[in-house]
Parts: sequence; C-alpha cells; structure tokens
Amino acid sequence: MSRIVIIGAGQAGGQAAASLRQLGCKDDIYMFGDEPHLPYQRPLLSKQYLSGEHEEGRVFLRARRFYEDQHITLRIGECIERIDVEARAVVTDKGETLEYSDLILATGSRPRRLKIEGSDLDGIHYLRTLDDVALIKKLMQPKKKLAIVGGGYIGLEVASVAKTLGLDVTVIEMEDRILKRVTTPEMSAFYDQLHTGRGVRVLKQTGVSGFAGEDGRVTKVLCGDTEVDADLVIVGIGIIPNVEIAEAAGIQCENGIVTDDHCRTSAPHVYAAGDCSNHPNPLLGRRLRLESVPNAMDQAKVIAANIMGQDKVYAAVPWFWSDQYELKLQMVGFSADGDTQVVRGDQAVNAFAIFYLKGDKLVAVDAVNSARDFMAGRQMYGKKFDARRLADPAVDVKDAVIEG
Amino acid sequence: MAKITFVKHDGDKIVLDGEPGLSVMNVAVDNLVPGIDADCGGECNCATCHVYVDESWMPKVGMPHDAEEAIMSLNPDRQPNSRLSCQIKITEDLDGLVVKLPEFQF
Repeated sequence: MSRIVIIGAGQAGGQAAASLRQLGCKDDIYMFGDEPHLPYQRPLLSKQYLSGEHEEGRVFLRARRFYEDQHITLRIGECIERIDVEARAVVTDKGETLEYSDLILATGSRPRRLKIEGSDLDGIHYLRTLDDVALIKKLMQPKKKLAIVGGGYIGLEVASVAKTLGLDVTVIEMEDRILKRVTTPEMSAFYDQLHTGRGVRVLKQTGVSGFAGEDGRVTKVLCGDTEVDADLVIVGIGIIPNVEIAEAAGIQCENGIVTDDHCRTSAPHVYAAGDCSNHPNPLLGRRLRLESVPNAMDQAKVIAANIMGQDKVYAAVPWFWSDQYELKLQMVGFSADGDTQVVRGDQAVNAFAIFYLKGDKLVAVDAVNSARDFMAGRQMYGKKFDARRLADPAVDVKDAVIEG
Repeated sequence: MAKITFVKHDGDKIVLDGEPGLSVMNVAVDNLVPGIDADCGGECNCATCHVYVDESWMPKVGMPHDAEEAIMSLNPDRQPNSRLSCQIKITEDLDGLVVKLPEFQF
C-alpha cells in the first residue's frame, strides 16, 4: 500500500492533496497541520479578513466535505515530530509511526520575533495565523493607538485596515524607507505618501529598542530617544522558514529546504513546496526562497505531477499582490532586477504601472489599480521592449515589444 | 440550492449543487472541477477561474466589472461571455446555470 504524507496543511499542503486527487492519485493521503484549522488562505488574513469584509468561512480553501469526498485524511492539530528518511517514515507527536511512499514538506514559515526589553508584554502581537488575526480583530477598536513595527507589506496592509477602522496608527520602520527589502525607492515613496496622506504616522530610520508597560500590558514602544504611545503593537519584521524538522532528518537546508528544479529535496521521495523551499528558478536564472502564495500553489502542483510519474520542472514567473485602502497592487518579477523604469498611467489618480527593464528585457511590473498592465507583465515577462514606445500612453503595451 | 452545470471543453458535463452565497469558483474547487485553479482564492488577481457563461444566462449573470474586465482583457481567448467564476455569486436565480470551461485552462 502506498501512502503520501504531507507535513503542513497550509496553501501548499492543501493544493498538493487536491492536485494529487485531480491527477487520479489513488494512494492514501495524510495531511498533518499544527494549526487546528482546515487549509486556509493566508493572504486574506491581513486584508479582507482583518477588515471584516470577509467572514471566517470565506478564508478556507475548500469545504470540509471536500476532504471527506476525496478521502484525504486530515490530521489537523497534529504535528510530525521526526522524519526517518532511511525507513521512509514519519513519527507524530503522539508517537505514531507512519511509513510513506512520498513525503511533501509544506512546513511554511513563522514570524521573526523580537527579543528585546519588554517584548513579552501583553498587547504585542504577530500576525501569521487565523487565530492570531481573530484575536487582533477584537483588539482593533476605533481610537485605540496601534503601533506597527516594520513597514513591509504585512505592516502596511494592517495600517490601511486599522486606519480605515478609525485607529490611531504609527508605522515604525528601521530603514530609511518603507518596503525597502521588496521594492524600489519610487514605489516606497508612493506608498509612504499614500499612508501619510490617510493620516498614518510613518517613522523611518527608527529602530525599536524596547517596550514599556503598565500592569504587564504594553503602553509605549521605545525607539531610542523617542517613544510611541501604544495600546496595541503588531510586529511584522519578516518570517523564518520552518526547516528544523528537515534539518534534523539530514535533509539539505540553506535558507530553506534546498530543492532541485523538480521540487525534490536531497532525500529520496521527499519534496518541498512553498515558503520553506529554497528552489532554482530557470526563468530567473537563480535560486531563491519565496514568501508567496502563487509560488506555494505552483510548486504543490509540480510535486503532485512528479509523484504521479510526470517529469515536471518548476518554472514560473513570481507574482504577488497587496491590498491597501482601495488600491490593489499587483507585482510580477523582481523590480531590483531592472536598470530602467518606464511609468505608464498616472500616479496622481492612483492608477499606474512601473515597467522595469534590464537592458531592453522586461523583468518586472508593479501595477497599482492597473490589472491590465499586471497581466501584460505576466504574459510578456522576458520579452524585449522599446522603452520609448512603452512610455507612450498611446501605444498598447504589446505593441511596444521588439519582435525577434 | 442552485444547480450549476460545468461543461468541459470535450463536452463532458459536471452537474453540482451550489450554495447561495458561495461563488461559482467555490463550487468548482470544492468538487475538483478540472481547469478551475483559483490560485488567488477569489480575489480577482489571477484569472485562473475563467469560464464562458452560456449565452442564454448572460442577462442574469451580468457583465464583468472593471477590475475583472481588466485582468481578462489581454487573454486572446476572451469571449463576450467570459467571466471569472470567482466573481459570480450564486443566488437561487442562477438555478440551472451552465458555464463552459475554456480549453486554455486545462
């Protein structure tokens, strides 16, 4: 009897199970997840779920009945403690040993935590799981003072929801601009102005040195010489891939679980997908680890195909999105790869796209309320463009492509 | 409940019950309807849940909204009856709805 074990019941794990069944897999499928929930969509947590636009039911990827219908054994709320790659078996936290024919590591990532003075006070939260957000939602009451540590996408999405709900919001960023790790100075400036214009205080070059509190509850964020009053603190300073279980099993890890272009790890019959995987991308010509849902879903599909005997290479152009206020930001590729920028549309009305070229090759698009340009970027990634024509609003994006 | 018929590009039909309030995409993914990936989870970001609405149903289903139109507009296989199934909310009014699954999504 064959049994496929999936460690992690997030988007990668959930998609892998569904794709296996879709491809006709008849093996037993066991999926383990440490959170007590069906696989759910994480991107909604800091956006439409936090804002109350979507109810909890809406965040789940598929209904419970799906897993019953498809005979997928969900072991949610249960952890795998150990992998034995020689014996091709896993051991659960209850001591049960299960052999596998194939193993999928979809272990995800966890928030980087601050370990500074006062960081264990009540009122300091991290936003990663459905339970985290269910709690934060209750605490985000109008007029409360919210301090957000970290001006990345999570922090800014929370800022936009909180400001819209009527909280007093301060974003504290260590670098000289928000979103520094993920985007260009131009996009950072645009989002800085957006948030400042809506009444969010954005503090830059401001490192957090500690927290002060009363009766065990946070009241202030300490930033060297300055202090920020806070009833509630949300920390969003990046994530750490969950590699420990793989590492302990002797599977090669380096900034994630190292895979080949088929999503195979260094151990036979063991695959990795999603935030935890450090994988090669032939379209980009380099290795990377991506914190992104499309990546998790695509890798899960590749793994399912390979388990089913296909010979599938993971080669997808990375894409991302972020919703802040009424603005939908959609991104393709990595803007840092570009050396030339071409702006289309109008920043003043919050509808524009920046195309990034390396030489004349399209390597990224950042599109704000410009879904058409975003899709153009996905379809025409890597094509050569005439930058002058691309800059001309009268010229359609596809007509700026240099043929040949 | 509303009966929804998904017609595969080879003509095979899948008939499912759709709960009002869910989207047509939700019903498809809950039942492993092939060719509906819905990578973004229904946020009109990825256009992987494209369907062709049976012409007779278009008046009831309605036309795509602006963001939906924008994300489908560059698809060479976009038809006048194209919709993203994540943007079609099921109501009792849609009982009997027929949608076709485009070949390019298989």
